[in-house]
This record gives sequence, structure tokens and C-alpha cells, in this order.
Amino acid sequence: MTTIQARFQLDYGDFKLDVDLKLPGTGITVLFGHSGSGKTTLLRCIAGLQQAPLGFLEINGHIWQDSERNLFLPTYKRPLGYVFQEANLFPHLTVRENLHYGLKRIKHNSGTVKLEQTLELLGISHLLERMPGHLSGGERQRVAIARALALNPEVLLMDEPLASLDFKRKQEILPFLSRLHQQLDIPVLYVTHSQQEVAQLADTLVIMEDGRALASGPLSETQSRLDVPLAQDREAATVWQAAVAEHEADYHLTRVAFAGGSLSLPAVDAEVGTPLRVQIYARDVSIALEAPTATSILNVLPATITGIADGRDGQSVVQLRLPRMAEASQSVGNRCDQVGDQALLAHITRKSALLLGLQIGMAVYVQIKGTSLLN
Amino acid sequence: MLSASDIATLWLTFKVAGYATLLMMLLGTPLAWWLARTTSRWKGVCNALVALPLVLPPTVLGFYLLVMMGPNGAIGRLTTELGLGTLPFTFPGLVVASVLYSLPFVVQPLQTAFATIGEHPLEAAATLRASPFDTFFSVVVPLAKPGFMTAAILGFAHTVGEFGVVLMVGGNIPDKTRVVSVQIYNHVEALEYSEAHWLAGCLLLFSFSVLLVLYTALKTHPVAHPLK
Repeated sequence: MTTIQARFQLDYGDFKLDVDLKLPGTGITVLFGHSGSGKTTLLRCIAGLQQAPLGFLEINGHIWQDSERNLFLPTYKRPLGYVFQEANLFPHLTVRENLHYGLKRIKHNSGTVKLEQTLELLGISHLLERMPGHLSGGERQRVAIARALALNPEVLLMDEPLASLDFKRKQEILPFLSRLHQQLDIPVLYVTHSQQEVAQLADTLVIMEDGRALASGPLSETQSRLDVPLAQDREAATVWQAAVAEHEADYHLTRVAFAGGSLSLPAVDAEVGTPLRVQIYARDVSIALEAPTATSILNVLPATITGIADGRDGQSVVQLRLPRMAEASQSVGNRCDQVGDQALLAHITRKSALLLGLQIGMAVYVQIKGTSLLN
Repeated sequence: MLSASDIATLWLTFKVAGYATLLMMLLGTPLAWWLARTTSRWKGVCNALVALPLVLPPTVLGFYLLVMMGPNGAIGRLTTELGLGTLPFTFPGLVVASVLYSLPFVVQPLQTAFATIGEHPLEAAATLRASPFDTFFSVVVPLAKPGFMTAAILGFAHTVGEFGVVLMVGGNIPDKTRVVSVQIYNHVEALEYSEAHWLAGCLLLFSFSVLLVLYTALKTHPVAHPLK
């Protein structure tokens, strides 16, 4: 289900942007890359804040830019919401006036009901009469998010909304974004250079480098791509979307189901059915050729090797795929539809890879030593 | 004490300054907006032209204006053509000359104010469905308010104090073009020092009050701009 098509080419001499992306019309798509990789420029081109000389942009069937037909919709005519790195609130207006600035200017106003829900969700209802200068950085950014959402946009664009905040403020906003994620039915394009934000928020991941999109696709699939430097990173990990399936109170464990089966985690305080994200670091995954019978590791799953590459410091990076299980994915619900097969990344020593004779296509068992819960 | 003719010159001075300020705000705002945002290679030339009256002797500016607005000058022929006659030695001529003379005092504070606002609020407004025109009035004007106040006050005050340009293009016609600074000159020429004192005192008080307002109420620093 592709509803965003973006092709842009621009050349500033020392910086070039050249992308051709098809992105899903739901969920959060994270544009990830280092500074200077072109992720913010791409977002600004989508917003029309910058005009790529060669470009085509279609969102939900509406064409916002087509340089071949000399069509370029100015930003103020695009039904989007934009959250800047600095909250960028109008300093001369109160929080309430900031929130109503855009609302007053749209024809089909969905009313203030939606705005009130958003304020509730973001926890800023008590700030309405304040001036932006009297808000904390975290509060300002939440107001900015509400201001963008108030317009009922067709797409929400967020440019490193947490980058200017310290660790504590980030932790204050991330849960709001996760919650938004579950309640919003519009696509969100989210620019960041933080792997933590990728892990917590992304459904789809686009990796940007030198003005090009190195890889783009469902999160765990893109995270486990061997042709992308991310897979070599010491912190390399894959994130699975799962749901609470069963509590094993006696053992202080919770079983969660995902598209490829189920995992046992330390007890999670959440109702059965609650969606959650499980992050598995590649260094926590080991590989066995036969189903290990005597092991203390609870999470052992069948998988197929789909790729092997040399990693750094005598390591091998192994890309695996866990077959999709109809039963399991049903309990996880629709949220996994876009995920497809479950991909997994393992970092093992090159010696082990040689001794086991690992090859592409082999059926193996993965042992997952540890997992971390993201929300 | 101030005589009736002194009071008439005061009234005329403020009238000239009022009209000139109005015109300068109308012309100076779009000009300053353009200068603050353009990347055109003509920007430097335009900046220099606008700032020229800051360094040019008023008599030089007045001389060229007199020639251009005269019956054989370009402006003079145009105004004659339009049935307006020629501008030198008339009240409108004085206003036109004042506009050119004081324009940098209006354009520069505005330009600085616009530049200080930067790109960010404008981009935020665009993402909130405000057209550029809408953005100017709903975001730029309120944010640049101190700049507008400074520009209007400085433009007005500077016009009140002009002398050389007035003498060149306006002459010394009572009730038509005789402004305070010229009247003070007349008093001194006639050795009427006490009358000169009264008028000079008025201007001194006026100028000081204006600057006091700028520095205290508006907290701006007009001379931080490259003024005279």
C-alpha cells in the first residue's frame, strides 16, 4: 500500500540530493542518517520549504510537485503538519493562539474536539494561556506537535523533534510519540539520527547517506540489510513488533507473540493483547545447527540464513529470517501485516561461522540471550 | 515667547514630517522587506543608494532635487505633464525631498528588524496554511513592532530637524515652506537671539524626548544602526 511517492534531485555543488522513494501511507517512516546525509533536505522538499529543480511528489493520490509539468504547490497550500527541530512557536502568541493559528486558516475545520483530544494526549491542556517563552523545551515541543496535528493533516512531517532536548526531556516526549503512533491514522515522516528513536518509533526505515536513500523498507528488514553500515554497528539490532500473549506468573515471565512465533520476556506489566516492541541486539543472538536440547536459554527459534557478511574485528554478520506463523501473526493483529517475514541479525565470531560451515539457505536455530522492551 | 509666525513654522514642520513619515513607512516597508530577504546582486547597490543621504551633504541632495524637479528636469517635466506644475518651493516638493532625505532612518531599522525575525517563523506560518501576505501581517508585523516604532519615530524626528535640503528645494516662503530650522536661521541672521532660543529650545526638547522614548520605552539602540 504505497501512498507516498517522492522523487527529488537537487544539486548545491557540495551537496546533492537524489532520491526515489515509495513509502507506505500508514505508520511512522523514519528517515535515518548522519548530519549532512540529506534527510532534512528531503523532508523540506516534501514540505515545499525547499524546491528541488527536478521533483515529483504524490501524497494520497494528490500531486504536490511535478517539475515536468511545472507544478509546485507552495507549502501553505499543502495539507501537511510540520514539526521543526526547534519548536518554532510564534513568540508573540499564547499557546492557545499558537494552536489556533493554523485552525483559523483551514476551511474544513474538524472542530475543537479533536484538538482537545490531542491536548489531552500530549498533556498540555494546562498550558494554554502561557507564552511560549515561559515553557520548558519539552513543553514547547509538545505544543508544536499539537499545533501541527490540530490541522488534521494528511501527512505529519517531523524534523528531529527531540534533537534539541536533553535526555530527560526526550524520555518525557517519547512515550507521547509512541502513543500518538498508536492513535494516528496518517503517515508520519520522522527525521532523526538517533538509533534509539528508530527502535522506538519506526515502522518503516529509510537510511540516508550522501543525499541518497541507501535502503528503505519495513524496520527489521532494513535494519538487517547487510549492505548497510548499520548492520556492522556494535549496537546493531532488530526490532520486532509483538503483543502480550500470556503471563507466566510463577516464573515471573511474559510470553509475547510476533509474526515468527513467540518469545519469553521478563514479566511485563501489561494486559494480554497490548502491542509492544522488542529489541534484539545482534550480539545477543547465537546460532546452533540443531535444536539445542540442553540449554538455559529460553528463546530458541528456527530460522533460515539469508545472508552472511564480514563484520568488524573478526566477526561475521549473519542475516536470518524467521518463517511467518499464521497462528502467531493473527494474535499480533494487523500491525504485523506490513512487516512480512521476521528478519533477525546475529553477530558471531568468524571462527564459529567457519566451524559451523554456515551458508546461505541453511536451516538453523537461533538462541536469543537477551531482549529489551522498548515501550 | 513664541510668536504667531514661529508657531506657524512649528505647525508646518510637523505637517511636513507627518506626511513624509506616512509616505516613508509605505515605501520603506516593502523596500526594507526586499532588502532584508533578497539575494539579488543588486542588493548592495540598493543598500548604498538608500543610505546615501546619511553621508551626502544635504545641499548636494537638495541641489540635485532642485534640478530634477525644476521645469527642465525629468521629474519636473513629468509633473508638468500631469498638470501638477513644478515641485520646488511648494509644500509637496518639501515632502518629496524629505522622504528621500530621511528614508534611510526608516529603512534601516525596519531592515534590521526583518532580518532579525529570520526564516523560521515564516516557515512555521507557511506550514500552518498562511499565505506569504497573511504571514506578513500576522507574524512579521507583530514581531517587528519595535522596528516599526523606531522607524516611524526616527523618520519623523529626522525630518523635523532637516535644514539644508529644505533651503535648497523649499526656500523660505512663510506658511508654505518655512520650517522651524529655517526660521531659527532667520532669527539668528536678524540677531533675534531670544526668539532663536525659544525655537531652538523647543527642538532640543523634542529631539531629546524622542531619543529618550527610543532608549527607554522601546529599548532600541538607534545609533547601533549605521546611522549618521
